[in-house]
Order: sequence, then structure tokens, then C-alpha cells
Amino acid sequence: MSAPVLIGYFDSEEQVLEATRAAREAGHDLRDVYTPYAVHGLDAAMGLKPSRLTWVCFAAGALGCTLAMSLQLYTSVVSWPLNVGGKPFNSFPAFIPVTFELTVLFAALTTVGAFFVRAKLFPGNKRQALPRVTDDRFAIVIAPGQKPNALESAEALLREHGAVATDLKEVAS
Amino acid sequence: MSNQHLSPLRVPLVSEPRTLGQLTEEICAPMERSPTWKWWVAFGIAVAVLATGAGIVAYQVGTGIGVWGLNKTIGWAFDITNFVFWVGIGHAGTLISAILFLFRQKWRTSINRAAEAMTLFAVMCAALFPLIHMGRPWLAFWVLPYPNTRGSLWVNFRSPLLWDVFAISTYFTVSAVFWYVGLIPDLATVRDRLKAGVRKAVFKVMSLGWTGSNRTWSRYETVYLLLAGLATPLVLSVHTIVSMDFATSVIPGWHTTIFPPYFVAGAVFSGFAMVLTLMIITRVVLGYEHLITLRHLENMTKVIIVTGGLVSLAYATEFFIAWYSGNPYERFAFMNRAFGPYAWAYWIMVTCNVVSPHLFWFKKIRTSPAAIFVLSLVINVGMWFERFVIIVTSLHRDFLPSSWSMYTPTMVEVGTFIGTFGLFFTLFLLFVRVLPIISIGEVKSVLGFARSTPAHPETPPSTRPAPAQDAPEESSAARHHPPLAIATRKDVPV
Repeated sequence: MSAPVLIGYFDSEEQVLEATRAAREAGHDLRDVYTPYAVHGLDAAMGLKPSRLTWVCFAAGALGCTLAMSLQLYTSVVSWPLNVGGKPFNSFPAFIPVTFELTVLFAALTTVGAFFVRAKLFPGNKRQALPRVTDDRFAIVIAPGQKPNALESAEALLREHGAVATDLKEVAS
Repeated sequence: MSNQHLSPLRVPLVSEPRTLGQLTEEICAPMERSPTWKWWVAFGIAVAVLATGAGIVAYQVGTGIGVWGLNKTIGWAFDITNFVFWVGIGHAGTLISAILFLFRQKWRTSINRAAEAMTLFAVMCAALFPLIHMGRPWLAFWVLPYPNTRGSLWVNFRSPLLWDVFAISTYFTVSAVFWYVGLIPDLATVRDRLKAGVRKAVFKVMSLGWTGSNRTWSRYETVYLLLAGLATPLVLSVHTIVSMDFATSVIPGWHTTIFPPYFVAGAVFSGFAMVLTLMIITRVVLGYEHLITLRHLENMTKVIIVTGGLVSLAYATEFFIAWYSGNPYERFAFMNRAFGPYAWAYWIMVTCNVVSPHLFWFKKIRTSPAAIFVLSLVINVGMWFERFVIIVTSLHRDFLPSSWSMYTPTMVEVGTFIGTFGLFFTLFLLFVRVLPIISIGEVKSVLGFARSTPAHPETPPSTRPAPAQDAPEESSAARHHPPLAIATRKDVPV
């Protein structure tokens, strides 16, 4: 099963923003927009929801914090309490630095890991970028609906907003 | 291109008009041509220094710590001085990449990549010192809390030195991840420019299949923001913990609560000086004067004025509190610092760190790369002496005059220190050759900053003409890759 997708290439940020908005308002199925850099306002134009990775970050930080504090309490108070210069075994303030560092470490690594999983980024990935979208082109990918003339109207819309080229591709759906 | 309404006082961040394609071309150019003889000379010197340092370290490990100039009174000197010095250098990179990002300072885009790389290399140099000074570096894993056969004898979590282990390793890991995440889009850009071969294969693996999809960009921005938010308190905590190595002891001159903010300010101060040193050379050698503009340099000198002021205030506060506390030991420690046998080091420090930054108040000096370069070196020297003064002068005369002593570094210590400079510059020179040293994606996003119309270059860039429009040849085999099949550049008429 394969479906044709229409790709429109643009050469400026403003045009691609306008075209994305227009395509979405016209009810086309926006597959994705490809840009060489993060274009501000494109998320809203595409209607993307804010990422939930912030919750992953918070949870991982809380986990790191708990584990670090538990490790220090267990080793210093339960497993083998050592008298070092008369300091109390449970020196709570002295445990804060390591707790903080591990909170940050867990949060950072887990967030990045979750991002890679969610965005399907991994070494050995076979995906290839569209021509020049990592250089100086912006591309909008539209899957025209089943309506008659959907393809023509989508192409006309892209052209109208200044697409420098359009391209029709068959992709495995 | 930003659509914001900007004040006419804003000046473009990229001083020459450039198209997106030209920018890619310019930043990728150094990686795609053969190194010049200048690079080889610099690299040769750096590697020679590194090799010398490695030989000296091998000799020291083989012989023992006795080859250092330490004695019973001064058990900490060059090693910890250099450790604190290098960690401090590293902090500016995180400050530029994370803190300026949180403050929405767009000018960071041209320098953050190189500054973060500098952070990583500086932390590597720093981490060598605690490792070497263990005397038996092959037992370094003892500092990690792992269940062991020594009865499960755990590490001492109440010791600042152990906090250091966690702080430095976390700092290095998070900085490396932050740097790599920032690199991914640029790695994809480089990947798509290369012809098939080993390098393309390497960049293909490293770029993880980045396609520039906005769904990914959107998440990427969130992750970048989160990492910046995590790295900001992290960078402050690291030098705080480094300062606690001293502040939690009872030695007069160390036993002060001002240490954490004082060390952090000093770290940013010295780090920015090192960033300036490297950037001034880089922009000239690679012809990036329009990307790393005078305004960037000027902004960094302003940060140096501020942090230099903070450091000066800390020096004054230390003296005031020494007097105000009425503690005779504390008073003596500071009088001894300024007028004792190590007074020469103290006054070098004051000259370099308190007096010299004030030259940056003059716009002529602030906007002259040569003057900034000289002053940045002066500040680096001054900050090294600051660490030396704090550590050695406090130790060499403490409570008991019977245990007073003097310290002189041996050639082994000096050689190890110089060797780390070899390591630092070797790594930096390799970085300039193999990775884009300016963040391509981020600079593209500020290309239209303070320009009313999209930039249309009147003149082609100095390095090479505008990019040729022929695509890297891709296999014409119609392989299907979700979500899109391959298109060749022929599909995109220009």
C-alpha cells in the first residue's frame, strides 16, 4: 500500500510559515514540514502540541534525587557507619551536593534518551533527508485527501505561497 | 528571518549579508579542505607539548609523588591549583551555551559551539590532576561507591573531595550531552554535503538519521531548553563544590563563606578570557570576522568587566572580614598574603585581575581584537595566580610557626601543567578540523536579526562563491524510507 505525497519546496522562512498555515486551514493532511533550522511559530502553524518531555525530565530528576539520597543514607548510616572526624552518620546537609549532582545527571540523560526514542533518532538510522532541507530549503509534505482535485488544489496552494518547486512522491504508508 | 519589530539600534549579528546556502558553505569550508601549513605547525607544537607532558606524567607515576615539590606543610599546591584553574576555564562554555540561552541572548549563537568544546577539553585537563595526584591512578575507581570485597567499605559521602568526584563527572557528562545534542542538526547538514565514503558513513551514524522534521525540531527545542535549565544550576554548583574543598576546612584564608560565589565569579572571569583568546585567533585564521563580530568580542569584554568587578569585590571583602572578625590567625593569613614571602604572586594577581579589566571601559580597547587578545592572556595569568595564592599562601603559614614552610614547584609539576595545555590545544585544533565550529542551524536562525529584508548578498562570500546547486549524488535506487522516499536535487530547480 503506498500513497502519493506532495512535497513543496520553499526558500524562505516566512513563505513556509504562511503556506503551512494555509494548508492546514484548507484541511489538507500535513504530514510534516522540514526546515534547516528551528523556525519559530511553525509549531503553532502546524498545530503541534507542546512536548511532554518536560514531565520525563521532572520524573527522572525526582528519581535521581531519591536514589542519591537513599544511597548515601544506606551506605553512611545502615551498611557501614564510619566515624569520620566526629561527624554524625546521618549528615543530611553534607549529602545535598551529591544528591543535587545526581538529580541533574539523571534528568539530563533520561530527557535526552527519551527524546531520541520519541523522535526515532538512533545510530544506523536509514532515514534520509529531503534534498537541501539541511542546507537552505524548507519543505512541506502534504498527503492529499481522497477528494477529487485534492492534489491539484494542494499544489496550487503551495505555488500560490511561493513554492520554488513541487514534487510528487510515492511513500509506503 | 525574524519578523519582530526591532529597534534601529540593533545591529545584525552576522555583519555581512549572507544567504542560508552561503552560510552552510562558509562554516563547512574548513572541514572540507586540507589543513593549511599554519594548522600543521600549530598542531605539531601542541602534540609535542602533549607528548612531553605525557612523558613527565609517566615518569611521575613510575617514580611516585615524591618527585613533586610538596612537603609536610604544603600537601596541596600545583595539582589542585591547576585543577581549579582548568575547571574555571571550562565554566564559560556552559555560561555562554546555557545561561545566555535562558536569557535569550541571540549573540551566543556564533560562539556557543566552540565555547562548549572548550568546556569539555578544559574539564578533561582538570580531571587529569586529581587522577595523577592519587599517585596510584589505576586505583581511581575506588572513589566510586560500588559494592566491593573490602567488607563493602563505602566512600565517605561527607567529604568535599567526593562531592568533587560527582560534580566533575556529572558536569563533564552533561556538558558532553548538551554539546552533542546541539551538534546533531549540523552533523546532518555535513552528512548531506559529503560524497559517499568513510566520512559520510561516520557522519551518518553520528547524526542519528536527523531529517530536519519540524516535529523533531519542536521536541529538540524543548530538550535543549531543559538541558540549558539543568546546566545552569549545575555550572554554579560545580565551582561551588570545588570551593568547598577549601571552605569546609579550618585553615585561615580558606575557612570563609564567600568562597562559592567568589570562585564562580572567578571561573566565569577566566573562562571568558580563554574563550576570547581562542575566538580571536579562530575568527582571523578561518575568516569568520563577519560571524564572530567585534560586537561579540565587545559583549564578552563587558562580561569580563562585571566578573572582574565581582572578583575584586571578593578580594576586598576577604580583607575586610579578616580585619572585622578580630581573628588574629585570619588577619595574619591575609597580611602574609599581601606582604609575606609570596607577595609577588599576590600583586601579580591584583594587577591582572583587579586593574587590567578596567581597561575595557575604553571603547577603543574594547573593540580592538589585538588589545583584547593581550588582556585576555593577562587575565588568564592573573586567574592562575589567584588559585595559587589562595592555596599556597594559606597553607604555608598556618597556626603553628613550627610547621611553617615554603613551596617551590619542581620541573615535574611545571611540565605536567604545560602538558595539559598541549592536550587542550591538540583537542581544540582537531575539533576545528573535524566538526563545524559554529552552530550552523542557530546562526541561520539569526541571519535576519535586525535586517528589515531577507539578506540578499551583493557580493559573494570571501571564501568561495555561493554554493553550487549540484546535489551530493544519492543512489537512484528507488528505496523507500518512511516517511519519505529519496529525492535527488534534480527535483529542485533553482
